[in-house]
Amino acid sequence: MKTFCSVWLLLSLVELSPAPPVSQEPPLACTGAPGHAPQSETAEDMASTGDLEPTHYPARRAATVALHYLNTHHGSPFRVFGLQQVHKASAEDVAAGGRKYKLDFSVTDWASGSEGPALRCSADVLFPQAERHSGPEVQLHCEALQQLNRTAQEEHAFYQRYISPESAISARDIPDSYGNVSEEMQPFWRLARVAASFIMLRESSENTEFNMAQVASVTQQGSREEQLMLEFVVLLHDFPSQEIIQWKLLASWSPDRGVRVLQTEWQPRCPHATKPPN
Amino acid sequence: MRVYLAVIALLAAVQCKELFNGDHVLKVHAESEDHIQILKELERDVNSGLDFWTHAVSTERPVEIRVPHSSLNAVKVFLKKNNIHFTVMINNVQELLVREREEMVHNAEMERKTKSLNFAAYHDLETIYKFMDTLVAKHSNLISKEKIGSTFENRTMYVLKFSTGGEKKPAIWIDAGIHAREWISHATAVWLADRIATDFEENRAPVPSILGHVDIFLMIVANPDGYVFTHRSPNTHYRFWRKSRSVTSNPKCPGVDLNRNWDAHFGEPGASNDPCAEDYHGPSVQSEIEVKNIADFIMSHGNFKSFMTLHSFMQVLMYPYGYSDTDAPDKTELHDVATQASQALKSWHGTVYKVGSIFHTIKPASGASVDWAYLHGIKYSFAFELRDTGKYGFLLPADQIVSTAKETWLALKYIMKYVCDNPY
Repeated sequence: MKTFCSVWLLLSLVELSPAPPVSQEPPLACTGAPGHAPQSETAEDMASTGDLEPTHYPARRAATVALHYLNTHHGSPFRVFGLQQVHKASAEDVAAGGRKYKLDFSVTDWASGSEGPALRCSADVLFPQAERHSGPEVQLHCEALQQLNRTAQEEHAFYQRYISPESAISARDIPDSYGNVSEEMQPFWRLARVAASFIMLRESSENTEFNMAQVASVTQQGSREEQLMLEFVVLLHDFPSQEIIQWKLLASWSPDRGVRVLQTEWQPRCPHATKPPN
Repeated sequence: MRVYLAVIALLAAVQCKELFNGDHVLKVHAESEDHIQILKELERDVNSGLDFWTHAVSTERPVEIRVPHSSLNAVKVFLKKNNIHFTVMINNVQELLVREREEMVHNAEMERKTKSLNFAAYHDLETIYKFMDTLVAKHSNLISKEKIGSTFENRTMYVLKFSTGGEKKPAIWIDAGIHAREWISHATAVWLADRIATDFEENRAPVPSILGHVDIFLMIVANPDGYVFTHRSPNTHYRFWRKSRSVTSNPKCPGVDLNRNWDAHFGEPGASNDPCAEDYHGPSVQSEIEVKNIADFIMSHGNFKSFMTLHSFMQVLMYPYGYSDTDAPDKTELHDVATQASQALKSWHGTVYKVGSIFHTIKPASGASVDWAYLHGIKYSFAFELRDTGKYGFLLPADQIVSTAKETWLALKYIMKYVCDNPY
């Protein structure tokens, strides 16, 4: 057994060494991909009016937008919602140009271990006319939101732990390549997703379907006005284009004030690419 | 089994430096009470040097006797004189012992090796390739490894063939890992390979029956270059790599989306012509050697009845088309099969999959493998997007691998059984 362990250890060391040192990494792909997918496929446009098939992507994309909205308003280090399913959906053109979706869907709280109860929600999601490029507008109502398990205790404990001036949390790759998230990092992971939801909401269109793929890094900044200050670099994944888009953001949080996003900065994958026109 | 146990006993004896060169084992058939008495007396004679492996009890059961080389002639003459029939069961015990021992050592080693592969973990390419070899060695009567070509960076592409023999049997194709970052697909395929073999060896329905009808071809890593790249570093640029690693017209943007490079409305809406895009379709149809290898293999085989590809994530089970919102001619049947398969999948752990065409469920996608297969006459073509729905996405924790594989297996079994029951 001991020999096995030593051999195993040796082997793992050998495997680690070929990884190139950070400074020697090859030039990153200069995708120049902006925060929102530029292509609009005409075939999709035709499909998105009248009653929609709930399992098809137009309904799901709109529901995802509503989900981002929900998370910006009700997400916390101990609460993050995921889409469970869309029950009903319809869409119609709107006088001012643009399209409005009506949705009936369910969400679950990803923070409550294995599949907590599903929450039923209804939402109106308005995608304004493309030329305007402002983010979608959402009106949302979820049943029993107030009846969710109170997380005040955990929030308070978490806040107390990290608000102290000595606290300087710093971590990378959450989850790591193998899907691991340490116990300690779970609340930061959720916080990042809530903060990322502000960006995902703002950047969404009928042609996008955003999700947070990973927290590339979290670095605690000095607390301000009794808020935890966290700088995140998050990786967003857009399902239609399959692109990974990087954003740096500065967020604040406290149990009282919730999550606020103070700064966001799109990160080009190529160091010299210019910021996309908005 | 008795022989095996006896061999063990002999092996123990061998440790005591006894050798059995030239010793025979005779199978003796007593046909009367007289014969039985004679054999009983023979056994009682301790000086005979004869080693009765089984005893003379009745005429129903043969008696097995190890006869030392030096006594062989005398014993044969004695038996003949008494009209007792016998056959030679083993004509050189020592030789058999040596062979058996070698096999046991080999089997123990093989078992150790395959047991030591942790299915609840993600493995790199080298480990997966070694696993394939061990699996083939352990189940050489069922599985063979076929080389179907090389990748852009010159790695070998292998497919495992599960076959009970026969000429030109209809076949089922399953591939995983065409998109490098979708690690759960490779991990699931590794588990599947082992499971198909085990179910067959242990005669667990419906696998023996399925393999009676069809051969199964399982390609665990369809994009080896990409997969290796995702392991090079935890950095985003590596772990989230999707495409091949071929050189493109843009030196800063290598790689082609292997699932947009097939001859199925290639280049039409649903793929990008920008080399820097994640769904770049490549300069031309089948420009990617990885795609060409698979397509050529399947076409020259000529008798595939089902084509299934594993991806992640989104928890959907899809059928053609990806390139168009037109219903495929077999849409109703395919939708039914997919629905039943997703119900079977759900029965394991409650995981919910949605069902629909690629175009409607995910997005328009041109040059996709499932469309190619269908348009080339392979009716039962499906694409799986495995767990999850976005919480972990591509970074699915390893502790979900086995559960994911098990539920996927239920869906695959349903589809494979359906394919067997519905020949065309």
